Amino acid sequence: MPAARHATPRPHDLGELELTSVATALALSADGGAGFQAPTIADFFPDPVLFAGTWFEFGRIQFVRMVVALALVLLFVVVARRATVVPGRLQSAVEWVLDFVRTGIGEDILGKKDAPRYVPLLTTLFVAVLGFNLTGVIPGLNIAGTSRIGLPLVLALWVYVMYLSAGVRKQGLGRFLRSSLFPPGVPPFLYVLLTPVEFLQVFVLRPATLALRLMANMVAGHLMLVLCFSATGYFLIEAAPAMKAFGVLTFASGLVMTLFEVFVAVLQAYIFAILTAVYISMSLSEEH
Amino acid sequence: MADTSIILAAADAVSGNIATIGYGLAVFGPGIGLGILIGKTVEGMARQPEVSGQLRTTMFIGIGFVEVLGLLGLITGFIFK
Repeated sequence: MPAARHATPRPHDLGELELTSVATALALSADGGAGFQAPTIADFFPDPVLFAGTWFEFGRIQFVRMVVALALVLLFVVVARRATVVPGRLQSAVEWVLDFVRTGIGEDILGKKDAPRYVPLLTTLFVAVLGFNLTGVIPGLNIAGTSRIGLPLVLALWVYVMYLSAGVRKQGLGRFLRSSLFPPGVPPFLYVLLTPVEFLQVFVLRPATLALRLMANMVAGHLMLVLCFSATGYFLIEAAPAMKAFGVLTFASGLVMTLFEVFVAVLQAYIFAILTAVYISMSLSEEH
Repeated sequence: MADTSIILAAADAVSGNIATIGYGLAVFGPGIGLGILIGKTVEGMARQPEVSGQLRTTMFIGIGFVEVLGLLGLITGFIFK
């Protein structure tokens, strides 16, 4: 009877419904195996190789950080030892980076008088963050050393101590607190609103956002890269033949994301260093 | 056939992680903010090319502050699972 046919769909009725929906068509064209596994946050917590369960766990991320630290130390020691008056190519490149940090970041923000004291800090931050960020695109390493919060947090705490001590040394504790928490030129009743915000900003948010900005950029970039390349592998190897063309698309997007990731690595190093310089200059500035 | 009925049944309910919606909302503000910031910098550079170096530096400082808000939206999705 007609009513019964509409009430309970029998197997061959479902056949027409399946292919009308793109979602079911895609799902049914997938392989019968595990399907595509997208990257998760567990990527950033690989199984430790040594000392598992303690604070001194040594896994892939710690290994990457050590490789970069050794490489940077080696690079600068070699260039400094073999420094000549007329520089060769490697020395020119390193000198260009050092000069960029000294003039472009240090002297531009801090001024010629205050900059020399803080240029070592700025150079170390810039070069270290750049090195640790770039490992996210280096083929053997493939994870940024700064993608777990520990390293950005250490660098941010160093900057925190530096800009607070710069302000205290220049103005004395009382005057520094007063000039940063009670900015001049504001009607007194607004201090009720402004001072808690300024307190949070100076003592909590600056180091927190420095660390989180760096880590979040590296986490997002790594997840995008892993997504693009693992999708390429999935499409080209495991999926149904109709989907193989998508593999080429994801590979091209993986290449573009790699170039973008190099740009983000350099940009985040620059932003970290320049925000450090800005915070120090704000601590040092006498209120006018 | 069991797969099909599961897939068709899923059309009745919404599933997945609400953090994706949260991140989508979180990107509104920084997206508009970055557009205004960089647009104004370009405008300033067009008006006065000799200060474009300082404008570019200030733009990067501003980008650092604005972008972190969007990234905090991404990270809270992972923290509060």
